[in-house]
Amino acid sequence: MLLLGASALVSLSIGSAGFPLAKVWGILVHQLPFMDQSAVEWTKLEEAVIVQVRLSRVLLAMLVGACLALAGAGFQGVLRNPLADPYTLGVASGSSIGAAFLILFGLQHVIGLWSVPIVAFSTGLLTMFAVFWLARSQGAMGIETLILSGVVVQAFLSAFVSYMVSLSQGVVNEVLFWLMGSLSKRNWGHVQLLLPFVIVGVPILVAYARHLNLLVMGERHAAHLGMRVERTKVTVLVVSTLLTAAAVSVSGVVGFVGLVVPHIIRLLVGPDYRLIVPLSAVGGAIYVLWADTLARTITSPKEIQLGIVTAFIGAPFFAYLLKRRKTGMREETGHD
Amino acid sequence: MIEVRQLVRQVGNQRILDQLSFDVKEGEIVGIIGPNGAGKSTLLGTLSGVIRADEGQVKLRGRLVSDYGRRELARWVAVLQQGGLAPAAFTVRQVVEMGRFPFQNWLGDETTDSGAVIERALEVMQLKELANRQLHQLSGGERQRVALAKVMAQEPKLILLDEPTTYLDIGYQMQLLDAVRDWQRREGLTVIAVLHDLNLASQYCNRLIVLQRGGLAAAGSPQDVLTPELLREVYGAAAVVLPHPLTGSPQLLLNPGQPNSNEKGGT
Repeated sequence: MLLLGASALVSLSIGSAGFPLAKVWGILVHQLPFMDQSAVEWTKLEEAVIVQVRLSRVLLAMLVGACLALAGAGFQGVLRNPLADPYTLGVASGSSIGAAFLILFGLQHVIGLWSVPIVAFSTGLLTMFAVFWLARSQGAMGIETLILSGVVVQAFLSAFVSYMVSLSQGVVNEVLFWLMGSLSKRNWGHVQLLLPFVIVGVPILVAYARHLNLLVMGERHAAHLGMRVERTKVTVLVVSTLLTAAAVSVSGVVGFVGLVVPHIIRLLVGPDYRLIVPLSAVGGAIYVLWADTLARTITSPKEIQLGIVTAFIGAPFFAYLLKRRKTGMREETGHD
Repeated sequence: MIEVRQLVRQVGNQRILDQLSFDVKEGEIVGIIGPNGAGKSTLLGTLSGVIRADEGQVKLRGRLVSDYGRRELARWVAVLQQGGLAPAAFTVRQVVEMGRFPFQNWLGDETTDSGAVIERALEVMQLKELANRQLHQLSGGERQRVALAKVMAQEPKLILLDEPTTYLDIGYQMQLLDAVRDWQRREGLTVIAVLHDLNLASQYCNRLIVLQRGGLAAAGSPQDVLTPELLREVYGAAAVVLPHPLTGSPQLLLNPGQPNSNEKGGT
C-alpha cells in the first residue's frame, strides 16, 4: 500500500512537463477541502495539469491494473490453471468487441451511462463460454487446449475489431487503442466508471478466497467440506469477467497483467488466496501505474501504447512459466 | 444412524445402483466391498450428498440427505478420498485448517476457537514436525496422513472412506486404518469404508456389505460374508478362507490357475 502511494506520487511528477515532488504534494494537499487556501506557489495551469490530467490518469492506471490482476487471480483460482488470465483466455478481446462496437458507432449511451461496460461484459462472457466450449473434450479441459482456444478466439476477435475500426473510418491510432490498450485522453469520467467495479469486485473475490483455496485441492474435496462448488465457480468467473470488461471498456486490451501480477504475488506470499487476492489488486495497480508511466514518458512527447509495455514484460514471463511448468512441475498434473 | 431405502442411481440406460437398501447403526465400522463397477463409490457419493439419487432415499439421523444444507452436512459427515491430496504448495497446517471450512462464516471466523482441534489432529497423526512443510514435499503416505488429519479437524460423527489405502504401501495402509480405528473407538464414530483389500476389510470392519451390479449381494459379519462360495459368485475368484491365526478374522488365500466354475462372476 505504501509502495502504491509512493509510486503514485512519483508518477504524478514525471511527465513531459516535469514537476518537483514537493510541488505535486503541495497541489494534492491543497485539493483537500479542509486545507486553507494560503500560500499558493504554482500556477493555475500547473494545478490543472496535475489534477485534471495526471491525477485522473494515475488513478485510472491503478484501477485498470487492480481490475485486471484481480480478474487474473480469479480465473487462475477457479480454472486451477496458472496460465489463465483475461488476455490469454480471450475474455479481454471479447469485451473489447462489444465496447469498440458501441464507441466506434457512437452508441455509447443507448442504454444509459453503463452501456459500454454492460455490453463489454456480455460479449466478454460469451467469449469465455466459446473458449470453454472449444477447449472442452469429453468433459475434461486441459491447460494447453484452454490456452490454445483462447489464442484462436483472441486472434479472430482482434481481426474483427480491426475490421470494425476500418469500417468506421477511424484512424490507425484507434485500432492500436483497442488492440494494445492505452490510457491517453482519459478523464475523471472514466475513473468514475471504473471505481464502482473495483469497490464491488474486491470484497466479493476476497470473500471467496477461502473457497479458491479449497478448489486448489480439487472440486470433490471442496464439495466434501460443504462448499457449493458450482456456485463458487460461476460467481468468481462472472465477477472476474465483469472486472475485465470494465477495465477493457476504458483502457482497451492491456495484456498479461492478470497473468504476471498474481504469479509474482504467489511467489512472494505462497499459495493462500486470502493473501493473493487483495495483494494482486495492489500489485496490479502498481504494475500498470508504472507501465503507463513508462508508456507516456519513454518516447516523450510521443506516447506508446500501454499494452506494448505490458506485453514486453508479460510475454517473456508467460514463456518462462510455460517452460517451468513443462520441466519442473510435472507431478502437479499427476493427480486430480 | 443411516437408512438407505430402494436407492437407484441411473446414468443413461445403466443402473449404477439398483434398489439398494441397508442400515448402518451408530458406532459401527462397515465395509463396502464388491468388484469394480459394482457401484461402491457412487453409493458413497450419495451418502455424502455430492451425488443425487434418482429414486429411493438416504436418511441420516432420520432426515433426508437432500434436506441438509451442504455446510450443515459437512459439519458431521467427512470424506477421506482415494488417492489422497493433490501435491499443492500449501503447508500441512494450512490444509488441516481447511477442515474447519464448514464451521466458518463468510469472513473465515468461527464462533469458537478451533486452534486446539487443529493442534490435536496434527498431534494424533504425528504431523507436528511436518506442520510447516509444504504438501508437495511429502511422500504419498504422509499426504494421506495429512488428509486424515484434515478430516479429524472437521470433527465429524460419520466418516466415509473411499478406498483410502489405494496407492499406499502395506505399512502405510495399516498405519492409516489403525489411526481411523483408534479415533473411531475414542469418539464413538460411525465409519463406512469402501475397501478393495478384502483381508483388510475383514480385519477392521464389524460388518461387510457386498455390492454386485448395484444391488446387495450379501451383508453381515466378515465370518458370515467372506466365504469361498460368495467370492466365486461375486468376484469370480477361487480362494480358500482361513481364520487369521492371531485375530481369528477370516482371511483369504487365492488359488491361482483354478478354472472358474461359475460364469456369473463379476467383470
